[in-house]
Amino acid sequence: MMLAAATLAVLAALGLAVTRALRGPTVFDRVLAGNAVGTGAIMLLALIGFLTDRPEFLDIGILYALLNIIGTLAVLKFFRYGDLSHPGGEEPADS
Amino acid sequence: MIGSVQDMAGGLLIVVGAFFYLVGAIGIYRMPDVFTRMHAASVSETLGVGFLVIGMMILAGFTLVSVKLAIILGVVLFTSPIVTHALAQAALQEGIKPLGVGNQVLVGPGAQEGPEKIGKKVEKRKEAPPKRPPRKTQKLAPKRKSTSGTSSSRKASSSRRNRS
Repeated sequence: MMLAAATLAVLAALGLAVTRALRGPTVFDRVLAGNAVGTGAIMLLALIGFLTDRPEFLDIGILYALLNIIGTLAVLKFFRYGDLSHPGGEEPADS
Repeated sequence: MIGSVQDMAGGLLIVVGAFFYLVGAIGIYRMPDVFTRMHAASVSETLGVGFLVIGMMILAGFTLVSVKLAIILGVVLFTSPIVTHALAQAALQEGIKPLGVGNQVLVGPGAQEGPEKIGKKVEKRKEAPPKRPPRKTQKLAPKRKSTSGTSSSRKASSSRRNRS
């Protein structure tokens, strides 16, 4: 019962984050909303695993948690330098 | 008996976590700025995820599931500040200014050092309060006028900053 309510709340939160990702005026809004969607996906996987008594979903949740930060940092680096193999540093590319 | 207490405690923590998660998501949707949205997202990624995962750990008991949930909690708690920091720095480098900063140049070649600028701003705010007490003594009775007076003084101070 409480798990179902929490699942619905996380689904609503995911909907709000997706709306922000679609509406966000800047790239950073979208990246932030994408990160929130990733965290919401982890929580949704864990809650659905508990609802259906199938805790194997938690492994997928760990995988999502590890991929989420890599993806977010990769997107940020791409939009700052325009190239993922850029060594970084003080001067960003022309933009 | 023990099982029912365990279920109730876990369910209560899960409901509290879902509440905080929803609050954070509403903040992401409704806040006016990138930085304020980051602030709202951190609510759902610390309090929301924390309460949800701890509640599910109580439901699971001492099993492997609980260990996996602890791993998820640790990863999320470590990575969300990193992502927030990188996002804020990238937004500042891009030239997006937080609300309330005005026309100050915080980052970039055309500006002074960012922390010095912010420090000057803080010093000005510290200098401001000695000017306020006489106004407050004049307008003690109507509270609304005092709040409007502070807002107008903020605007005036920001315009001074813009001139300088």
